[in-house]
Amino acid sequence: MLEKYAQVVGQDVIDQLQQLAEPLQGMKVIHVNSTRIGGGVAEILTKLVPLMQELGIDASWEVIAGDDDFFQCTKSMHNALQGNRVDIGDSLLQHYEQINANNAEQLRDTLEAASYVFIHDPQPAALLKYCPNRQGKWLWRCHIDASHPYRPIWRFLQPFLNSYEASIFSLAAFARSLPHLKYIIPPSIDPLSEKNIDIDRAEIDEVCDRFSLDRERPIIAQISRFDRFKDPIGVIQAYQQAKKYIPQLQLVLAGGSATDDPEGQMVLNEVKTAAAGDADVRILLLPPDAHRTINALQRAADIILQKSTKEGFGLTVTEGMWKGKPVIGGDAGGIRLQVKNYHTGFLVNTPEGTALRLRYLLKQPEKITEMGEKAKEFVRENFLITRQLREYLTLMVALLEPEGGSGETPFRERIELG
Amino acid sequence: MDSTAISEESWEDSQDSQEQEMDAFALKDCALIAIATGKRAYTLKELRDTLQTIDADSIYHHFWGGLLEPRFEEREYNNDFAAWVRHGLHDYPLAEQLAMVDPILHFDLEDLRQELLETIEERLDEDESSYWRVATRSFEFMRSQIVVFDTYKRWQEPEALAEWLPSLSASSIFYHFIDARRRLPEGVDDFRYWFSHFGDRYQDLCQELSRLDPYFETLTGLRSKLAQTFQAYLQPEKNNRE
Repeated sequence: MLEKYAQVVGQDVIDQLQQLAEPLQGMKVIHVNSTRIGGGVAEILTKLVPLMQELGIDASWEVIAGDDDFFQCTKSMHNALQGNRVDIGDSLLQHYEQINANNAEQLRDTLEAASYVFIHDPQPAALLKYCPNRQGKWLWRCHIDASHPYRPIWRFLQPFLNSYEASIFSLAAFARSLPHLKYIIPPSIDPLSEKNIDIDRAEIDEVCDRFSLDRERPIIAQISRFDRFKDPIGVIQAYQQAKKYIPQLQLVLAGGSATDDPEGQMVLNEVKTAAAGDADVRILLLPPDAHRTINALQRAADIILQKSTKEGFGLTVTEGMWKGKPVIGGDAGGIRLQVKNYHTGFLVNTPEGTALRLRYLLKQPEKITEMGEKAKEFVRENFLITRQLREYLTLMVALLEPEGGSGETPFRERIELG
Repeated sequence: MDSTAISEESWEDSQDSQEQEMDAFALKDCALIAIATGKRAYTLKELRDTLQTIDADSIYHHFWGGLLEPRFEEREYNNDFAAWVRHGLHDYPLAEQLAMVDPILHFDLEDLRQELLETIEERLDEDESSYWRVATRSFEFMRSQIVVFDTYKRWQEPEALAEWLPSLSASSIFYHFIDARRRLPEGVDDFRYWFSHFGDRYQDLCQELSRLDPYFETLTGLRSKLAQTFQAYLQPEKNNRE
């Protein structure tokens, strides 16, 4: 497996991973999240865990179990952390704690014995409270933009998080005030996954035929969950404005569904209404394992859109760029880290801004090619899974050392190995 | 083990190996990981106030940490303070002035802090509106942890190292050419420090290396320039010997 990655990222990157993993040989590392399939976290863990294993680390992945009420609660929590004023009743919050307590009953022995436990997002965050005899370091990995959370929900969650050894945020701007080290690690994509691996033209054509997309005409696509923060309605408005100038334009809005997102159907209905039966708009609800279909759609598109108004990082942006496509993305969160105006795409704030950039690019196909190539190289350098793995290993090695140094949260600035 | 427990023989062995170690160039690699301090600035005054007390390693991070972070081609401004003043505060004159603050000239980070503060103070004095102008995005004070690891590659002669230079990782270049200046009391890079053990033999090469300005280079660009410089000075010697 590591050899295959070496072909994409270079052998020196793999050598570095092996060196970083040396002090961690045989250590038990557990990742915990709330869904096995669907969403960026599950996708990353699918590869990150086996890669850690191949580097000699005893890594595993646990998924907590929950019912509809629990996921309703955590979806509201997710929205509240991203700034929506969502009140969650006390009984639902108690249910959240109870589900975490129930899961802790199942997982306690394993989690307490592990050297490192990575808890992903708010869903399993309360587990630590129910593992009082933990031996290792616990890290809270926040994948969402929690820079301006709705205060009552943050006040509820914070006591669960205070006891962690460290937390990890995708961007510095997302880091919350917590009494421990707050590491900044952007997420990444896996270049060898079904969603990102090279596929041939025949397969792309077949997918386009299946959805009646005409490859002779321009295609723009937003591949994203049906979620209000992704602004699918804004995408339709932008498409409608651009289509006045480019009548041949086709739009694909394709979203997967995740088992922990009960809101998707509601937003999907709103999107269908906004599309008003336009035959050149394809609204696709794809099963969570439709990775190759998504891959083909991204490759069939001339331009990728990700018009989010809030975004943790925007892995769909990274995926689009990896396929050599410029991205028109919302000026929000982690999209800013990836989309650089006139280099890898354009940052926009409105449907009008999106339509303007669509016209700019579609009238100059050479710009699409040039920016797409730059986008792919930018991802190769910065946002592949090997880089994220390197940073996880670095932080694990750093946490092996006793604390030292100065400042509000003491830490050792320099760690020498070997 | 207590050091007094080491036998004379093993002490001599250890001295020998240390001397060999000192003569050889030991190739290290490093990984940098960013940490949020939780301190933010929305105005120039807040930037000034926090700069007065922030840990010096945060200032270092905002000058040099960017080399190992996601970035695109050439940075328009070469430190994070200047970039934020340009893109967050939209104060173009101050951005240009801050971009000219040269970390190479300040071995001591406290000196660097003072120059930053003076540059900002001057701006606050000449334009009162800069006290209250709010940035369109906050400045996030960061710091970083560096994990250094040994590649176990060793070279006894600069000529041998020169052949390997083009294939060194970007992070090795960071460790030996940039991090070294902060690590070594002489404030030089590891290459020049190593050459100093050979007397005057590599004096010309050292002078040439001292002229390489890492502040405006990407790490891969720096690696190319280092490789070219090494080759220009060391290949002819090697050719002559052959």
